[in-house]
Formats: sequence, C-alpha cells, structure tokens
Amino acid sequence: MSTQPTSTDHTSRELPMARSMCWHCQSDVCGEYFCGRCVKVQPLSKELDYFTCMNLPRLLSIDEKTLEDTFYSLSRTFHPDFYATKDEGEKCVSLGNTAILNTAYRTLKNPIQRAEYLIRLEAGSVKDIRSTPPADLFEEILELQEDLDEFRALAGPRDSDRGRELRSKLQNDRATLETRQEQLKARLFGKFQEWDALQISSEATAETQSQKAAVLKAMQEILSNRTYVRNIVNDLIAATS
Amino acid sequence: MARIVGIDLGTTNSLVAYMDGDVPRVIQGKHGDAKVPSIVGLTDNGLIVGEPAKEHLVRDPSRTIYSVKRFMGKSLADVSEELKYFPYKLKEKGGVIRIQVGEKTYSPPQVSAIILKELKLRAEAHLGEDISKAVITVPAYFNDSQRQATKDAGLIAGLEVLRIINEPTAASLAYGLQQKTQGVIAVYDLGGGTFDISLLKLKDGIFEVLATNGNTHLGGDDLDRQLVESVMKDIDKQYGLKVEDFPDLMQMVRLESERTKIRLSNEDKAAMSIPLPDGKGTYTREWSREELESLTIALVTQTLAPCRLALQDAELKVSDIDEVVLVGGSTRMPLVRRLVEELFGQPAHCEMNPDEVVALGAAVQAGILAGDNKDMLLLDVTPLSLGIETMGGVMSALIRRNTTIPTSAKEMFTTYVDAQTSVDIHILQGERELVKDNRSLARFQLKVPPLPAAVPRVEVTFLIDANGILNVTAADIRTRESQTVQVKPSHGLTDDEVEGMIRESFQFAAQDIKARQVIEARTEADAILVATEKALKRGTDLIKLEEVQAIHQVLDELRKVKDQDDHRVIRAKISDVENVTHHLAEELMDSTLKEALENKKLSEVAD
Ligand SMILES: Nc1ncnc2c1ncn2[C@@H]1O[C@H](COP(=O)(O)OP(=O)(O)OP(=O)(O)O)[C@@H](O)[C@H]1O
Ligand SMILES: [Mg+2]
Repeated sequence: MSTQPTSTDHTSRELPMARSMCWHCQSDVCGEYFCGRCVKVQPLSKELDYFTCMNLPRLLSIDEKTLEDTFYSLSRTFHPDFYATKDEGEKCVSLGNTAILNTAYRTLKNPIQRAEYLIRLEAGSVKDIRSTPPADLFEEILELQEDLDEFRALAGPRDSDRGRELRSKLQNDRATLETRQEQLKARLFGKFQEWDALQISSEATAETQSQKAAVLKAMQEILSNRTYVRNIVNDLIAATS
Repeated sequence: MARIVGIDLGTTNSLVAYMDGDVPRVIQGKHGDAKVPSIVGLTDNGLIVGEPAKEHLVRDPSRTIYSVKRFMGKSLADVSEELKYFPYKLKEKGGVIRIQVGEKTYSPPQVSAIILKELKLRAEAHLGEDISKAVITVPAYFNDSQRQATKDAGLIAGLEVLRIINEPTAASLAYGLQQKTQGVIAVYDLGGGTFDISLLKLKDGIFEVLATNGNTHLGGDDLDRQLVESVMKDIDKQYGLKVEDFPDLMQMVRLESERTKIRLSNEDKAAMSIPLPDGKGTYTREWSREELESLTIALVTQTLAPCRLALQDAELKVSDIDEVVLVGGSTRMPLVRRLVEELFGQPAHCEMNPDEVVALGAAVQAGILAGDNKDMLLLDVTPLSLGIETMGGVMSALIRRNTTIPTSAKEMFTTYVDAQTSVDIHILQGERELVKDNRSLARFQLKVPPLPAAVPRVEVTFLIDANGILNVTAADIRTRESQTVQVKPSHGLTDDEVEGMIRESFQFAAQDIKARQVIEARTEADAILVATEKALKRGTDLIKLEEVQAIHQVLDELRKVKDQDDHRVIRAKISDVENVTHHLAEELMDSTLKEALENKKLSEVAD
C-alpha cells in the first residue's frame, strides 16, 4: 500500500478558489485547498479551467501518466470518502470539487475531447462543434446516403441481388470512411504539435495570435469533419450488421 | 466515530461484516454460518428471517417472501414474466410493487429492511454495541430507483446508510487488500439474481473502475428455472399434474432443482426426488451435468456480451486484463468458469470465498469512511447514461455511462410561451434513443418566473453522488436564487411513505424480537419432528426397539412443549431429541454411504 502523497507536491502552484475568504471561518489566510486557519476544504472556483485544475499548461500533448498521477492525488485530497466524518459544509465542498475534478480528468484524458475543450476555451464561446462533411467527399457522401436510404427501404428481401449489391457497396464505403477517420485523427494530432510549438516558443505578438487562431480554426474543421464521418460510419454499421 | 458495518444484501443470501483492526471479517450466526438466507416468513405469531424462514417456505409458501431484491425499484410490469414462479401475490401502488401477504401489503424495501434488521441484530450481538451505520452493497448495474430503494430499506431498518457501494467493486477492495494486486482486473459476479462485470485498474491503493456492465435480472434463480421448467414438463407428462396449481409442490420443485444444480457443480450425476400430492407417489429422475449445461448454456452465454461491452467502453483488449476474479455463488458452476476463462483467455482467480468477498469489501469501504484506512480509495462509475426527455420522445443524454462519480451536468431551461410559469422535466436512465425504451426515473416541475417566452433562464444541476444516486438542484440565473426541486420518483416510495414505514417498523421492533425467538424455535421443532418421523420410518430396523420407543417418547414431549411461549424450553427439548436420535442418524448414514459423519444431525441425514 502506498501512503498518501503529501499534498505539498502540488501546492506550489495555486488553484483559483471560489472565494478569497474561507467559507467557514471567514479568514483570508489562504491555504492551497484548505483554509490556512481552520483547515476546512475550500471550493474550487467555478471559473477554473481544466488545464489549471490538473496543474497543466494549456498544451495539447499531455503525458497520460502525469495526468493520472495528478488525478489520483487530487482525488485523495477531495473525494467524499475522506469527508464522511466531517460536517455538512465540508461534505458539500468535497462533493462539488470531486465532480469538477472527475469532469476535468475525463475531458483532458481523451484527445478529441481535450481538443474540443481547448477550442471552446480559447475561442471564449461555448458554441458546440458542428458536424460538417469533408468538402472533398461531398459527392461520394451524397451517393452513399442514397444507397443507404435504398438499402434501408429494402427492409424485407435484402438477400435479393440488389440488396447484396448495395450491402457490399456500403461495406466498401464504410472501409473507406474508416480510413478517412484515421487520417483525420492523424491530421488533428499534427495540429496538436503546431499548437504546442506556438504556445511554448513565442511571445504574444499579433502574428503568433493570428497563427494560433488559424490552428484552432483548422482543428475545428477537422473535428467537424470527424464528427460527420463518425456519424455516417455508425449509421453504416447499424444498417449493415 | 461509531462503528460502521458492511452489508451484502443479496438476492439469496445476505451477510454482515466489520473491520477487526485491519482485517475484514464476516459475522457468523449461532450455527456458524455467515450467510443469512434472504427469506422472510410471516407467521401468525410474527416474522421469521433467514434459515428458519427457508424451512417455512415449503410449508407456507404464500406467506414466505424470497428473492425480494428482484423487485427493488421495479413496477409490476417489469416482472410480469416471472410472476408464476412466485407463490405470493403482487400488486402495485405508486409505480412500486407491493407484496400481499394475508391482510397486509409490504413494499420490497420493507421486506429488505426486515433482513437488514436481522443482520443488524446479529452484528450487535457479536460486537456487543449498538449498530446504526452501514455500507450496503448493490449490483453495479442497479439503476437509480433500485439504489434509492436499497437506501430506503436501510432507513426503515434503522440504519444510516453511509454509502451504497457496488458489489463487484466491493469484492475488488477485499481482493486487492488481501492479494496486493496491481494492474487491471476483471470482476465477474454472478449471484442468485444479478450479474455484473466490472473492470478496474488497481494502482497504489487507488481502485479505479474503468467500465461496468451487467444484467440485474440474471442469476442463479434463472438457472434454476431452466431446470424447474423441465421438471414441470416431466411431472405433467408422467403424472398429469400441473405443478403451478400446487404452490408447495412448486416450491419443492424449485428448491430441489437448486439443490440438484449445486450438486452437479461437484458431481457428474445427481438424483432428484420429489414427493407428489394427491397420493401420486414420488417423482424421481437422475440428472447429468451435461443435461444441466445444455439447459443453462444459453443463459450463461448471455453474460458474455456485457463483458465485451465493458471491454469496449474501457478501450481495453482481452490481453490487457491481468487477472480475472470470480464472485458470487453461481461462479462455482464449472460451465460458468469455463466460459469466463475462455472469454478472457486465462484461468480465473477464486482464492477468496465467493460468498463472502462482497461483504468483506463492504467492511473495507466502511473502514475508509470511518477514516481508519487512508491508503485505499475507490473511484467508481455510474453504470447507465442519465438524460432528460426532449421533443419527439427522444432522450438527450447529460451524463454518459461509465463516467466516474461523483459527477454533475448542468442544463439551461427556458420557456416557449409568454408568462409560462413552469417547465416539466422528465429524467431517464438508459442507453436507448427513445424515451419509451429507457427507464423513467423521475419527473419534476421547474418553477419559472412569468416573463416573456425565452427570457427566463433556469439552470438545473443533475448531480450523481458517490452512491450513484441522482440529486437535482435548480437556480434562476438572473436572480441567482436557488429553488428546491420536488422530484417525484417514477418507481420509488415517497418520503412520506418511507417516514411511515420507519415509524411502523419501530413500533414492532420490541415485540418482534421476543416473538421471533419463540417462532424460530417452534419452526425448528416442526422441522425436526418431520425429519425424525421420516428417519424412523426408514431406520426402524437399524436400531433396538427400546431406542425406537425412547425416540417416540421424546418426540411426544417436544410436541407438547413446542406451543409454549418460552423459547428456551423448546430449545432444550430439541437438543434432547438430537441426543436421543444420534445413534439412529449414524446407522442411517452408515447404511447409505460410508462417510464419516461425526457431527451430522439427524435432520440433515434424513432427506
Ligand atoms: N456450488 C454451486 N454451484 C452452482 N450454483 C451455486 C453453488 N453454490 C451456490 N450457488 C448458487 O449461487 C446463488 C447464490 O449466490 P450468492 O449468495 O452469491 O447470491 P446473492 O449474493 O444472494 O445474489 P445477488 O448477488 O445476485 O444479489 C444461488 O442461485 C445458488 O443456487
Ligand atoms: Mg451477491
């Protein structure tokens, strides 16, 4: 069994807490996650972003091991299991903080969700990423949709000649689209590098700002295409299996 | 902090455990068994629970409730297909099943509370202190209503339920503590009524659930039923008897089928013998393990799909699994082991008693909550997606299945017409597209200020706590005022009902305990009378005439005292009978099989 890591590993950087004053004793003796005076756990700020929460710079390449270590260590700090004997106020804070922590970890762990989250964060809006077809596949997808509709309409006698023909066509389409999914993912990860390089190296000049904006926009498009392709692949799987 | 016990509230068996220093231990009853059969009998004199109630089952099936866990958080429609297997009448009120026994009706949480109280008493007797706090386990795949019903049961039993914890994860805590395992483990739990699969990552004391799946209506009971169906057909064909018309015969068939199933786990063949009513003789048949396996393989195979889904959700391959752990009585079936080991491509672990490991894990979790164990931490997930009904009868998911809990989701609501003052919200749980295919959890009305359409903005927070139970709060974004939300459960008791049941249960508590001891003794006396008569019939020639007479005499005495209200007198006479019949038991045993039976009692040998 390991012993609980002393939370000082993480206390060097400060997490934004909800209030500058302790919710319990009203003292402003700031501790990290705990009040400096009464040692009650303090709520995380609602404005806290997930990168900060996880003690990470706003980069897209993440070391999974580090992320997991931080998650486990913060879980040991906040989890309700360790507050069962505490008062209602602390229980409530522990519950809220853990809910935020769990969402932060889930979002950052998955590269797609991580990218979507970063785009939202940087763009400053909460607009969802829409699903749009990749421009170069437009024609093919139109045809595929027609085939799919026809195949679905064939409800009963799908082992007719036409049914078999459509099925094998749709299965080919699926293979093509799955390859495309992989390509999109690879391109997205390429953009991760670009983003990180810009974040690390440069000062905030107007030029780097516009470069960053361009990278974000490119990622957004890749993600929209990816969502679109994924939905079609799912439709294809559902229809042909 | 007062002691917290860990309770495994099972479909067929329940156990209570506690932390003895760093070691979790189950608490045994008078007869040395830690398992309390989850059976409640309602006699003219009061309640009986556990082993005595099991004996009561064949004699008074319509007043003996078993497998009540299958009804927790359910409506009548949910269980319509299996009604014929149950000897008691079921009704429904407020979306909740009610079990009718004589004049009274009981909700499933009330019946579970009776079992919980028995465990509480057992713990209090063993530990010599009052017990008022518990961790109770539920199948990982239990939905919100089923969890809530379990919590209600605890309240009615006078227990503060500090945590509802999932059975397979509880098992992993006990297993991890003992085996010091690190890596990814799969816990396969097939009990009496439910099936769960959980995949966990164990690392430095953290037990992180990666994915879970299951079926809350698949277990040993269902395997028994396959055999029961065959036997029923047999009896109909050979004797023209419809078993379902005879409730006590039905129970006999059920119990005998289970016994045969269990025997076939260790033996290749097992004989079944069931006395029939109306002087029709005895139904006998020998079953082979192959026959049982061909009857049950379809059901056991049904457990594999959830395993694959869990792997998929956790983004794991079979080869990523370091260890497979078996939990639950039904994993003693060779067929189950074979299929599980085939799927995971490795031998499964069963170092720990599959009956006890869940209760032991609940005790470990109790130790964590008490602050005595700061090394271990369980990070569990919600098994089912949570969402709300949107336009067109479609469910819109807010929290995905296998999300680590506690977790929350926020949703903004507004109005469609001017001066609208409320918005109806329907909460659902499940993986399907359409509302009607998912589980309705609850409904509530959100109050909104009367303003032009689309102006009000009320934010609702759906929070799933560490118990996997949903909490709903709402706040007006403009005024920052929070409002209390009165959530009406679709398949649960209302707060008022629970209150009433708690009061009622306390009224009866005192009188129950005294009456219970008498009833238990009396029930045991009845059982021993029947068994001894039976043994005498078979073994008269094996013992001397004086012995036969002595036995008759002591049986007569037992008959006389058994209606007295002092359980000690009855118990004393029961042990007299046991002493006098000891020799007969030995002879009977010798004449059948040549096994040592130093401590066997006559009642065990006779049938
Ligand atoms: N040797 C055996 N072979 C086959 N089945 C067995 C054996 N021993 C017990 N069982 C079955 O195991 C089931 C009981 O297991 P267990 O006590 O783990 O269930 P439970 O915890 O009460 O139920 P659940 O966990 O589903 O709520 C019964 O159906 C019983 O018939
Ligand atoms: Mg169980």
